[in-house]
Amino acid sequence: MRPSKVTQIAWKGLMRNKLRSLLTMLGVIIGVAAVIIMISISAGTEKAIEEQITGLGSNLIFVQANFKRGGFAAGGSNSGGLVYDDAFAIAEEVNGVSGVVVEQQSSQTVKAGNTTIDSVSILGSTADLPSVRDMTLATGRYFNQTEVDRNQKIAVLGASLAEELFGDEVPVGQVVNVGNTKMTVIGVFEEKGLVGEVDYDMRLYTPITVVFQKFTPSQFAKIMGDRVRMIYVEVDPEAEASLDDVILQIELLLAKRHDVSLDEPDFVVTTQQDIIQTQEATTAAFRDLLAWVAAVSLIVGGIGIMNIMMVSVTERTREIGIRQSVGASPSDIRWQFLTEALLLSLFGGLIGVAVGIGGSLLFGNLGDMRTVIVPTSILLAFGSAAAVGIFFGFYPANKAAQLDPIEALRHE
Amino acid sequence: MEERSIIQTIDITKIYGMGDAQVNALDGVSLQIGENEFVAIMGPSGSGKSTMMNILGCLDRPSAGSYFLAGEEISKLNKSELAMIRNKRIGFVFQSYNLLPRTSALENVMLPLLYSHNGNLGEGEQKEKAIKVLDAVGLADRIHHQPQELSGGQAQRVAIARALINDPTIILADEPTGNLDTRSGDEIMELFLKLHEQGRTIVMVTHEDDIAAYAQRVIHFRDGKIQMDVLNGNNKLHPQIEGV
Repeated sequence: MRPSKVTQIAWKGLMRNKLRSLLTMLGVIIGVAAVIIMISISAGTEKAIEEQITGLGSNLIFVQANFKRGGFAAGGSNSGGLVYDDAFAIAEEVNGVSGVVVEQQSSQTVKAGNTTIDSVSILGSTADLPSVRDMTLATGRYFNQTEVDRNQKIAVLGASLAEELFGDEVPVGQVVNVGNTKMTVIGVFEEKGLVGEVDYDMRLYTPITVVFQKFTPSQFAKIMGDRVRMIYVEVDPEAEASLDDVILQIELLLAKRHDVSLDEPDFVVTTQQDIIQTQEATTAAFRDLLAWVAAVSLIVGGIGIMNIMMVSVTERTREIGIRQSVGASPSDIRWQFLTEALLLSLFGGLIGVAVGIGGSLLFGNLGDMRTVIVPTSILLAFGSAAAVGIFFGFYPANKAAQLDPIEALRHE
Repeated sequence: MEERSIIQTIDITKIYGMGDAQVNALDGVSLQIGENEFVAIMGPSGSGKSTMMNILGCLDRPSAGSYFLAGEEISKLNKSELAMIRNKRIGFVFQSYNLLPRTSALENVMLPLLYSHNGNLGEGEQKEKAIKVLDAVGLADRIHHQPQELSGGQAQRVAIARALINDPTIILADEPTGNLDTRSGDEIMELFLKLHEQGRTIVMVTHEDDIAAYAQRVIHFRDGKIQMDVLNGNNKLHPQIEGV
């Protein structure tokens, strides 16, 4: 029999029972929509994480003290972790570096006029911070290295902090009390948002020397000296030295300065790429999990089709008998029911794609969940739906084809 | 073999079940039906008449023996080949009409054309042909009605139109008036007579004497065998078994 005829017969078969056809499709619709929505959510999450990481600044190298190597507890040993001067050594001696930032954090109560905010994150840093961290000033300016060297008590505010402290007033030129220290506000950053788990907009930025001098507990300072937890190195994208080259130079330099071997360094050098890769592995696992959950729902949809097709074959036994009596061969009957299952899953798939795309857009627009519709997920979901239709339609279709015409005609 | 016989069975046996539970539904039936005969098959239930109909209608195959339909040996054909024979050569009329529900009279009549392998009629030609046949059974004004909107007599006419659409060699009717009142039943029988006059071969199973009276020839089955084979009106034995 010609495929167009089979399709015509199957279509009429389905249209004779519209409600049941629709209900049968529901499983596939939900399955396909679930695949598309789940993948779009995980792709959106992935993208958001990636953007956050690159939001930290591109071409970044992180140099951290290696705590496992003893570091802080090493006492008299030479390998005492990273110090403030290491940052300047890197800036001066390593080729291809366009900026170096050292950070030291503290937490203080900040007052301005009548407004008091407790536990504000204070970030002491150096002059390259805006460039290394891709931060832009909304008003005023950032401090320079001379001001850092001279322990100038000046502050640059994150956007939200400035808003909370001063409201509509102009913050630049005002004085804030940070702990017991008065600082003059010289600038306000543009909004940056959350990066990782840090709210950049609720921070107060000040020269690192001020943090060392004023906010590091004195006892701690005596032991620690001017140690730092992390040095951020920005690689000049136009430099000839490659990222690996810069890393090697930093490692050699620090090993020499700290008098440790490269096999057992007291520092760790990581790159933005390392972090992105770690994140990608995590989100890929997350995505795979979601895809499996969605695939299971698609299979459940397929079982739904099989279920209804089985019922349908039983219920339409008489119809099958009639068709056989007027000359339908077993393969005609098989094709009819297989095509019905296929049509159900294809139409269910199409509707599912529409619902999936709609749902993804809706989720993306409603909540703070980010969604990115992945075209291959649409193909994947639709293709699986078709496969599910054929796979689960085959058994009922075969059962229908093997019915004995006499029995079928006698069926009530 | 008689020259013009359309149906010829030779020693047909049909056995159901196995071992002790074995039942010989047909026990060596030999039968000839000629072209343009109108035959009624009668007999009590369990006599084997239904089994005979199923085999004649190519819905079932005999356990042993041969069946020639229009000279073609069909007892050895497979299911698909039997389906094709049913499509081309046989028109069924059932007691309970067996029309597809929620499907118009026209589409019901066109159903056999869907499964015709050689008749490559276009959709339009198929419709034309179906309308012509519906007109011939007197239902020209009911072509778009669905079975549930038709009276029993009308539904049976649709079924007859469906049986005729592929211009079959024989029409097999199984208790065609069993679900109808006397008047509609008589109308259906008049239609059969008309078809017979037009040269059709009709084999009909019935248990009603006044329905069997419309036929030329009545074959009585009992215990899987032909008990009596008579020509109507004069109680003369059919020439097939006259010589026995």
